[in-house]
Amino acid sequence: MADVGKLLTDIVGKDYVSSEPEELYFYSRDPGLMPPHKPDYVVMPDTAEQIQEIVRLANREKIPVVPMGAGLALTGLVIPLKGGIVVDMKRMNRILYVNEIGRYALVEGGTPQGLLKSYLEKNYPRLRHSIPDAPPTATIAANVLIHGQGRLTQQYGFNSDMVAGLEVVTGTGELCKIGSCALSGDWFSKGAPMPDLSGLFLGWFGATGIITKVAVKLYPRKSLRDVEIFVTDNEDLVPEMVYEITHTEMAEDILIFTQPLPMMFKDNHHVSFYITGDTDEELEFKRKIIWHCLDRFIKSKDGGFMGVPPVMKPVLLESPQRSASRLADVKKGGGFEYSGPIIMVDKYPDCARKVKSLAEKYDLAYSGMGRVIDAGHCMMFAFAFAFNRADEDMMARTRKALEEVSDFVLKIGGLYWKPTVDEQRMALEKMDSNTRRLMKMIKNNLDPNGIMNPGNWEPGTRGWN
Amino acid sequence: MKYEEIIHRCFRCGYCKFTSDYFDFNCPTYRKYRFETYSPGGRMWLIRAWLNNEIENSDRLQEILFSCATCANCVEHCVFKFSEDLVNIFIAAREELVNKGIIPPEVRDYLKNVSISGNPYKQPASERGRWAEGSIIQSYEGQEYLFYVGCVGSYDERGRKIARAVGELLVKAGVSIGVLGEREACDGNEVRTLGEMGLFEFLAEQNITLFKELGVRKIITLDPHAFNAFTKYYPDLGGKFQVYHYTQILESLFKKGALKPSEYNVKVTYHDPCYLGRHNGEYEAPREILNSIPGLELIEMEQNRENSFCCGGGGGNFFTDILGGGSDSPNRVRVRQALETGAEIIVVACPLCAKMLEDAVKAEEIEDSLEVLDLAEIIIPRLP
Repeated sequence: MADVGKLLTDIVGKDYVSSEPEELYFYSRDPGLMPPHKPDYVVMPDTAEQIQEIVRLANREKIPVVPMGAGLALTGLVIPLKGGIVVDMKRMNRILYVNEIGRYALVEGGTPQGLLKSYLEKNYPRLRHSIPDAPPTATIAANVLIHGQGRLTQQYGFNSDMVAGLEVVTGTGELCKIGSCALSGDWFSKGAPMPDLSGLFLGWFGATGIITKVAVKLYPRKSLRDVEIFVTDNEDLVPEMVYEITHTEMAEDILIFTQPLPMMFKDNHHVSFYITGDTDEELEFKRKIIWHCLDRFIKSKDGGFMGVPPVMKPVLLESPQRSASRLADVKKGGGFEYSGPIIMVDKYPDCARKVKSLAEKYDLAYSGMGRVIDAGHCMMFAFAFAFNRADEDMMARTRKALEEVSDFVLKIGGLYWKPTVDEQRMALEKMDSNTRRLMKMIKNNLDPNGIMNPGNWEPGTRGWN
Repeated sequence: MKYEEIIHRCFRCGYCKFTSDYFDFNCPTYRKYRFETYSPGGRMWLIRAWLNNEIENSDRLQEILFSCATCANCVEHCVFKFSEDLVNIFIAAREELVNKGIIPPEVRDYLKNVSISGNPYKQPASERGRWAEGSIIQSYEGQEYLFYVGCVGSYDERGRKIARAVGELLVKAGVSIGVLGEREACDGNEVRTLGEMGLFEFLAEQNITLFKELGVRKIITLDPHAFNAFTKYYPDLGGKFQVYHYTQILESLFKKGALKPSEYNVKVTYHDPCYLGRHNGEYEAPREILNSIPGLELIEMEQNRENSFCCGGGGGNFFTDILGGGSDSPNRVRVRQALETGAEIIVVACPLCAKMLEDAVKAEEIEDSLEVLDLAEIIIPRLP
């Protein structure tokens, strides 16, 4: 058997390969609740060619390869379930090109969200990308790979819808360009008007290939931005409110949150919407249009605008929101996990009631949050529970609550977002059988040796047959 | 272990690695090694794993813990309430290793040298005051201020030049100072950051006793590390003095008009020492001084003030060099950042930073483009 460690060292250099217990420990787990599993090696490549060599080596030796961004999905998607090589992508963090007029940025596969945000603010102040509220170390490639959402999702869809091209290393080690970049030097379309091959990789969690470059669409950054919150205690009315706001086409982003603390928030649903403008006039125009669209709920005494406290406004306007990570310390325990299914907006009331009932049943601190996607075509609803990492019982209760969410999601017709391995199995079991066969065909062709992030979307496991 | 009740609260979200605007990674060890294990979150998770017997002590774990420059970038940018204790936690973990006697040889040698010789250079105390010989700087005999120089200023060749420049500048400006010479003892800040609390307390008590015997009430430090130890840890051991970093005194002298350097047409950038800036919040005094020099243009590096990138010399690394070496070592990264500004001089206010950055300028072979000078070395030649 080949000395894989030496061969990896030959590829990336000795400083960027480890099989030391410290790295194996850390890279065997993510901050969520999934059980750990150790890799055999952690490597940090610097080029697409090095990734090709790693994947070819892995094919020869039949060793699993697990690409990793920041490892923040929380659902175990980069835990090396069958060992092998974890490929930490973050050395490949270069911002390669911004086309200002064409409004896209081309970055390497390990580029963090924060780096692109900062780069654009300094160099292209009129452009922005759809940044998620994940910590800024989350990578752009991993985010589109899981169909993440961000600040522009209400207007433009999933962040993966905003991909303008990919370069990938397939499961057999070929370097492949996806989209307009396959024909020209311009990265303006990931597929259309040709067959859109990006679907062979997006949503597959690295089980079909590794993204080495990604072009993301950029959008206008207005110089002014503000947030308003409309509050109701009737969750059944939230879908209608979302419908009215999206009809105005004035909101940048719409988030609905419900949480028990502070007391004034309890049992309320806070429909927060963000507006932008290049002038006060533009901003106020948008504000008024949205205000008026909600008039009927005020008249019926079903809701009203909440004055956003000055201390709260910067927290809400921050991007990414640091407060999202702070949920992990609510129980002074360094942990939270959420299940964030993609649902129809009319399922918001069911989800809001469910998160509250689960929190009561399992005695957990919770937060429910809906993010409107693509003008209300759907919504991500986060069933989020904070836990104390040093409290095994609380962690067990959190797992149970999330397992109940998994069952609940399928019952209400939702789709799992960044599903755990168990949720992937449940989705495959429920899926139309011909769709399942098509997925299997794709996986087997792109990764014939089954080395790419095995355990995830893996034929032969329960659910496929 | 101290702070054990906090260790599990790290979510490893990674805010701690960045600048506040996410312009770049700003944790010097993560920037160099790139494995998550060398980030603050990595350290937190590994310390917990070690305490829970999930991993064993190893050379790698020691490197991970002792390479931390204690620059406090993580303290500045962590989003959690326990952020202020992050560096304390890493020092507490080092203390555990020191107490168990399982530490890197470089750390062992440093502590041994300080313990035996009173300084890390293994030099006799009689050499400690040599830097001031033949200068206008006098021995301490009840002057208004004790000018405390520290080990680097006393023994290191570059440090000695800086000590002399600062001392002479203070005297020329009419500040009443005196130095301890061979009576001076190590301030212990680096001993403390390396986790040897017993030795630190011994050194601190030795200094405090001497200072009290001599009637010292006010101290000016050359070194931000000594400034840190005197202001943060000496009071709890009974050493309550009025402590200033020399830039704070110079700033007041400029304001009073006691220092009026001639015109100097030059572009400079300023490197914030972590133990003056992030640890003690003094960002403006050095800048006020530079901006008071006629003709001088101060160009900021992108990573400045609370986002300053560490030179890699803190946390004992100046002496142990665990973090040093290679083109990604923090000092080399930092001088490249300085070079990008177009400045001709990178100005420092710490003898450790001066040495670290000067070594980096040589390693990068940019001596013709960038000079490293202490603030005092800028001013002295331009005084009447």
